Amino acid sequence: MNAIAQTPAQAEVSPLYRKRLFINRLALTLSLLAMASGMIFLLWILAVLFMKGIGGLNAAVFTQMTPSPGSAGGLLNAIFGSFVMVSLGTLIATPIGILAGVYLAEFGRRGWVAPTTRFVNDILLSAPSIIIGLFVYTIYVAQVKHFSAWAGAIALAIIAIPVIVRTTETMLLLVPASLREAAAALGAPEWKVVTMVALRAVRSGVITGILLAVARISGETAPLLFTALNNQFWSSDLNAPMANLPVVIFQFAMSPFENWIELAWAGAMLITFSVLAINIITRVVFRQRTN
Amino acid sequence: MSTVEATEASGSQRKAEYVSNEQFQKSLNAKLARQRIQDLAFRRTTLSFALFVLLLLGAIIASLVLGAYPIFEKFGFGFLTSRDWNPVTNEFGALNAIYGTVVTSFIALLIAFPVSFGIAIFLTELCPIWLKRPLGTAVELLAAIPSIIYGMWGLFVFAPLFAKYAQPFLTKYFGDVPLIGELFQGPPMGIGMLSAGIILAVMVIPFIASVMRDVFEIVPPVLKESAYGLGATTWEVVRNIVLPYTKAGVVGGTMLGLGRALGETMAVTFVIGNTPKIAASLFEPGASIASTIANEFAEAGDGGHIAALIGVGLVLFIITFIVLALAKLMLMQLAKGEGART
Repeated sequence: MNAIAQTPAQAEVSPLYRKRLFINRLALTLSLLAMASGMIFLLWILAVLFMKGIGGLNAAVFTQMTPSPGSAGGLLNAIFGSFVMVSLGTLIATPIGILAGVYLAEFGRRGWVAPTTRFVNDILLSAPSIIIGLFVYTIYVAQVKHFSAWAGAIALAIIAIPVIVRTTETMLLLVPASLREAAAALGAPEWKVVTMVALRAVRSGVITGILLAVARISGETAPLLFTALNNQFWSSDLNAPMANLPVVIFQFAMSPFENWIELAWAGAMLITFSVLAINIITRVVFRQRTN
Repeated sequence: MSTVEATEASGSQRKAEYVSNEQFQKSLNAKLARQRIQDLAFRRTTLSFALFVLLLLGAIIASLVLGAYPIFEKFGFGFLTSRDWNPVTNEFGALNAIYGTVVTSFIALLIAFPVSFGIAIFLTELCPIWLKRPLGTAVELLAAIPSIIYGMWGLFVFAPLFAKYAQPFLTKYFGDVPLIGELFQGPPMGIGMLSAGIILAVMVIPFIASVMRDVFEIVPPVLKESAYGLGATTWEVVRNIVLPYTKAGVVGGTMLGLGRALGETMAVTFVIGNTPKIAASLFEPGASIASTIANEFAEAGDGGHIAALIGVGLVLFIITFIVLALAKLMLMQLAKGEGART
């Protein structure tokens, strides 16, 4: 500890100080390496996706159905199916998520419901998505005895709900109390204060939450494996199995057929870049609102 | 017109509107009563949706327990300790899959913890301010990449390189070390438990790192500045000030990552090899709970196979539930000490 009192020139000489400096430099170098390795993996994955995906990406991907082994084709039915199920899932999850989030933020100061729900919501947020698939299978697919797009949409909705609950609550807690008090003082009833003042003030934050939920469920594969299943053909029947990008990617990537694997890479690139685009856009557009 | 007159004028105007003061009071009361009912209805509606989220968890547990009941009825707790998994002869034991899940997650944490710690230190202590935001975002983007992409990348890009360079290296230098040597012997196939663990590590690093960064940032600057003022190096500040202050958060964040790793399906399914067995070597293929369900469920017949898969699902859910609940409790403890932020 003498090193503290010494001038830097003297300190250089002290073996203890030299050791401390060495340990410090070592630790910081390792930290830099950790950061660098994280970035390398990100760039590596993106570069691989881009290089392998761009080769398979052509007009046929967007205009033709998934092919049988060996023949040419595209991903049109899978893209459509993903779009339908993600939209349905988001439509189901949004009102539930926002209203539950409103309860947690606005009326959750007393009682056991709010803390328990918050706790459970956080667990659902990172619960294994394949379990959600099992759940929807037992309560829906096994009851109606067929795989269907509805089942897929419900599974995706259950994954989206906790994301929306969480962001809605966080955003509403950012609204200053004075804003609510001002509205209440003007005689507005509580429901108007919440929906027309508080929620409106954080509208962009809540939309961010919904978009992040969309990004999250667009890439989910596990819950669709045995709810929506897959469909080689075009289908817009919500009560029948429906093709979707993640499951098609899974099946095609695991197959031995060259052209299937190529299509899987094209699909993988499509999904990843749209998911990342949603993430980046929400960050840039709603920068001030997120903390 | 004086103010008194004006007030009187508006007063009489109001009287004209409501005939009597009494009637005005009455209509006001009616309106207030109506609003009270509306408010109550609104409150109850939001409450019911909050309860819906609660019920969701209850329903998930109930459906898993009911679905798995036949298999526990048939095999009892032997289901958890048996290593037979044969859908053809209807013999089911979960031990192989449980082993695969635990080992891959353990490998993932072993790698992910130090790396995430390094990233969090870099982002909070070393990073120039102008780089903080882009790098933080980059880490979060790593978390946003769908898990199936990690799986494809792992199978097609990582596994061949791993088999060609890393596995022979590990066998050569660690293969003969007593105790751990056996872990690194065997054919370099690229896929297997170790590869799955490494891919999982890459996947959970961003989750752990962003929680750690968030908890590091709640350390009061005064504490750190005092230590710097006494001549401490950056590492000493991290080691002796930041870490003790955020211990609960660091452990909580790591367990959050563990929860993710345990339940991760697609990334593991691609690279683990999907062979239900317990081998001494980490190079050998195995199977995790999630990968078993993903591979077999759609083709499972009724003769107990579905119940067995739901049974392992229940085991997985219980394990992750406990891990995530502990993680959450630790993070809450830290937040309580701090005041508000998680």
